[in-house]
Amino acid sequence: MKWYIAKRLLQLIPVLLGVSIIAFALIHLAPGDPARTIAGEHASEQVIESLREKYGLDKPLHVQYLVWLKQVVRGDFGRSIVSNEYVTREILDRFPNTVELTFFSMFIAIVVGFFAGVVSASKQYSVLDYTTMGVALFGVSMPVFWLGIMLMMIFGVFFRVLPIGGRIDTLIPFERITGLYIIDSIIQLNGPALVSTLRYLILPSVALATIPMATIARVTRSSMLEVLRQDFIRTERAKGLSERVVIYKHAVRNAMLPVITVIGLNFGLLLAGALLTETVFSWPGIGRYVVKAVQMRDYPVVQGCVLFFSFMFVVVNLITDILYVLIDPRIKYK
Amino acid sequence: MMKKRAQRGSNYGFRRLKQNRSAFFGLVILVILVLCAIFADVIAPNSPNPTPPKLELALKPGFWSEEGVDGMPLGTDALGRCVLSRIIYGTRVSLSAGLVAVFIAMVLGIAFGTLAGFFGGGVDSTIMRFVDIMFAFPALLLAIVIVAVIGQGLDKAMVAIGIVYTPQMARIIRSSVLYIKEMEYIEVQNAIGSRRIRVIFRHVIPNSIAPVIVYGTLMLATAILDCAALGFLGLGAQPPTPEWGAMLAKSYSYIVSGAWWAATFPGLAILFSVLGLNLLGDGLRDILDPRLKQ
Repeated sequence: MKWYIAKRLLQLIPVLLGVSIIAFALIHLAPGDPARTIAGEHASEQVIESLREKYGLDKPLHVQYLVWLKQVVRGDFGRSIVSNEYVTREILDRFPNTVELTFFSMFIAIVVGFFAGVVSASKQYSVLDYTTMGVALFGVSMPVFWLGIMLMMIFGVFFRVLPIGGRIDTLIPFERITGLYIIDSIIQLNGPALVSTLRYLILPSVALATIPMATIARVTRSSMLEVLRQDFIRTERAKGLSERVVIYKHAVRNAMLPVITVIGLNFGLLLAGALLTETVFSWPGIGRYVVKAVQMRDYPVVQGCVLFFSFMFVVVNLITDILYVLIDPRIKYK
Repeated sequence: MMKKRAQRGSNYGFRRLKQNRSAFFGLVILVILVLCAIFADVIAPNSPNPTPPKLELALKPGFWSEEGVDGMPLGTDALGRCVLSRIIYGTRVSLSAGLVAVFIAMVLGIAFGTLAGFFGGGVDSTIMRFVDIMFAFPALLLAIVIVAVIGQGLDKAMVAIGIVYTPQMARIIRSSVLYIKEMEYIEVQNAIGSRRIRVIFRHVIPNSIAPVIVYGTLMLATAILDCAALGFLGLGAQPPTPEWGAMLAKSYSYIVSGAWWAATFPGLAILFSVLGLNLLGDGLRDILDPRLKQ
């Protein structure tokens, strides 16, 4: 097992190097002088000169890449053209917001999707089954941003029960510690802040959860159906175990494997979906940050976010693979 | 003789498609979309971009309300344009954008996938390493990055999405080429001394086309979705192009004042197009490639 993990970690190196080359190339492929691209249109000649020196922009490309990589490994992505703040700082500021949104969404997607899939499979061809699968089919075809707008309209504008955007009610006294507001408000034993956080969190996370929820429901259902057809299930039923025990204790456990793969795969979709959901709900996360950066041609920020996003994505994929091996001893980790 | 058999084959496929109710429903949606795209000028009740703009008609509701304007059944947007007409013209934009993106992915994917699968060795591992790197990005993020480099606009968004989908296509082709390469008829070609290039174009590629059609259809669905997403983010189609995603972006701030229609209907158009293509793609997979049947 140790060897397997070590090997997978080693395999990450070329991929991450490749990703860094793409991020590096971004500035050089963009039209115009790279120094001016990093400094922004309105920068003074002095600033441009100092950047040219810092990144060695008059040297050959491979030297430039190494100089840049050295800075990046130290966590220095340069400064944003728009705000003139350090990109790393801005990313780390926004990162907990994205984490809270994506994890909360994933939680909803797994709980609801898995349960819906199990129920559908145990009552195959019932009205409930058809309804769930019909909803799931719509779910996978849904444009996330449109769903977000519709939820906002229904719950925020027509019924006025939930806020339509933002992170927390600014009138509530609240101190930011970890940046994960649910955890922060629990640490501070701040009830009103917790309620407010959840109220602001619910619409964006439901919107973001829809696609993974639908996929998880579909995969769970088909995986459950396959398990339910197997001999050991028939044996259990024959020896008189109640249907509930058969399904929830024995079948569910065996049906979980493909679901875990799907959860891992969907994490990437969730990150991409976060770009859209955060934009719709003015959620102050990395997704909205990178979208704005592309619109403003803030290249250092785009570079930083790209590296950060793909790093997260690759790590999540790795964790999924390892979990998969841990859970199913039949898979050999070669 | 050959032609007749081919015809019988496609009839058979169509019959199977008709039996599969959800796939047939998908096909019907696709046909409606294509008709809307081709005959937009005839079907649409109004111009998608009337000049001069009729600002006095801004944000009027549709047939459900008494305040509605005659001839604008789904209401108007913030610039007084007919929502229905813009959706119909939008079919043209979204469908062609999706098709171009998928076509780019297919051409590049077939080229790289065939090279990797057929020649193997160093060519294969180089191409596949590159594919791995591109898979390290969430798809939409990669598309956005490409747009950041080549610039914003509908044409650029199509290219970006095409490039993003290429690795997926290349992987599919590669695995199918690997399988076909071992078939006896390829061995025969090698034995009678056919030139490699001929073997590739006459035998390998035509025989690996079935999964391309299946995944091409499913890919068209996500391409339309991603194109709309880029349009929504302001990185794809630019105003005044009647593109569904861009229409949504321009009108969703008005839902607060109660004008829900301008943002709702373009989204429904996206939803149903994607749904239709997904249903059709799933159905085609069952028919053309029974091995993949879930």
